[in-house]
Amino acid sequence: MRRTTRRRLTRGAMYALFVAAIGLIAMAADWERLRRVFFQLDVAREQFPEIVTIAAKNTVLFTVISFSGGLVLGVTLALMKLSPVLPYRWLATVYIEVFRGLPALLTIFGIAYVLPIAFGVRAPGGSVGAGLVALIMVAGAYIAEIVRAGIQGVPKGQSEAARSLGMSPARTMFFIVLPQAFRIVIPPITNEFVLLVKDTSLLFIAGSTLLTKEITTFSRDAVSTSGNATPLVMGGMLYLLITIPLTRLVAVLERRMAKTR
Amino acid sequence: MTQPTPPRTDVPAIEIAGLYKRFGDNEVLKGIDLTVKAGQVVCVIGPSGSGKSTLLRCVNRLEEPTSGQIRVEGIDILDPEIDLDKVRARIGMVFQSFNLFPHLTVLRNLTISQRRVLGRSKGEAEEIARANLERVGLSDKIDAYPAHLSGGQQQRAAIARSLSMSPDMMLFDEPTSALDPELVGDVLDVMRALADSGMTMMVVTHEMGFAREVGDELVFMDDGMIVEEGNPRDVLANPRHDRTRAFLAKVL
Repeated sequence: MRRTTRRRLTRGAMYALFVAAIGLIAMAADWERLRRVFFQLDVAREQFPEIVTIAAKNTVLFTVISFSGGLVLGVTLALMKLSPVLPYRWLATVYIEVFRGLPALLTIFGIAYVLPIAFGVRAPGGSVGAGLVALIMVAGAYIAEIVRAGIQGVPKGQSEAARSLGMSPARTMFFIVLPQAFRIVIPPITNEFVLLVKDTSLLFIAGSTLLTKEITTFSRDAVSTSGNATPLVMGGMLYLLITIPLTRLVAVLERRMAKTR
Repeated sequence: MTQPTPPRTDVPAIEIAGLYKRFGDNEVLKGIDLTVKAGQVVCVIGPSGSGKSTLLRCVNRLEEPTSGQIRVEGIDILDPEIDLDKVRARIGMVFQSFNLFPHLTVLRNLTISQRRVLGRSKGEAEEIARANLERVGLSDKIDAYPAHLSGGQQQRAAIARSLSMSPDMMLFDEPTSALDPELVGDVLDVMRALADSGMTMMVVTHEMGFAREVGDELVFMDDGMIVEEGNPRDVLANPRHDRTRAFLAKVL
């Protein structure tokens, strides 16, 4: 048998297997039951408009807050880690290692419950506020490492040229190095943003009220009140509606940036 | 503040005495004495690893000398009390790898330090930038990003960027070494015109033709020391030292 013939036969067999498997699943599945448990229209209808006006809104809002806070904290930590002043480097290193090493859930729990009990310190904004502070702290640690790598990815000649023109170290950093570093870190930092979208679901541990539920908490509660899994499917679709356009956007940005570099 | 004071001519532009530079165990500069007078073009040649680039980079303290003295227009630049940024603003530096800022247009490359360091107004900075772009023949590239320029154009833009700071002197660190051969000429033409205009220049180069025609002084370095210096024509035609002769035999 010739090699091309054999290859064609193998590929045909693979397609046949695929079609058979799909067919088998389709025949074996209890479609009526699946529809009843996961896709019930009246249960779905009951979730509107709150699943959008409260749950999705809160997920986006919490993500934006923790990302913005994390970005400010992360850039500060990155600059500290690259500082010529030794104690700053130590402090940043310890912070980053600790909060990257701890589970986010534990940090949220600690800020929301342990801190108030142990020291009487309460984050602003109640339990959600405490949870957000914790998310900012965790995001800051991850973003710090991303930004540091970005800064170090800018060729040394860039800061040499800026310093040769008489720019101070601070001006060199803000006008020359950081803008270039941000281009380098756009892909990993978007990845961090997507992770944060999902991590807002951990806020449930801090406790939530009717108005502060985000998608996961909302769906979970709706599942228990309706006794049906449809809200879970809806919640999942909402997450994808948020995250997939984001990752697409990054691909576009990366391509556009490749042109000017 | 926006009108720079004219370069001083009563003191040497650059005065280097007993300069040593060590990287770890590696001694790169072993006692350099060199004077560049105002308006002079001094070319520095020598084999790679001879320390010529390090010497140049010490003049604006991109490298920290291990010991010795460097005076720029009479100012001791190793004095920890001086404002190094102010001194650097008066010394133009051109790199082998151009180092244009890739995130800024050519115009912004030329104006950013004028505005942030010299405090010039936007209008004034852009006017000066335009004049310097014309000087290097890049007026039509004013809104381009560096990535869209050829190597030779990038280097000319980098020279225009330095000139826009109205420097008293210019340092060139192998400005044509990263260029395709057919692009070298344009850059050398710009440098020649600059020398003719009376600019003080210290040029580390492998372009012997440029050194001979444009240089007032030629310095041959080897192994961290100045082996020979003098009138470029004399040194190139009648090198007195064996090491100079051996080097020139290889490159000429």
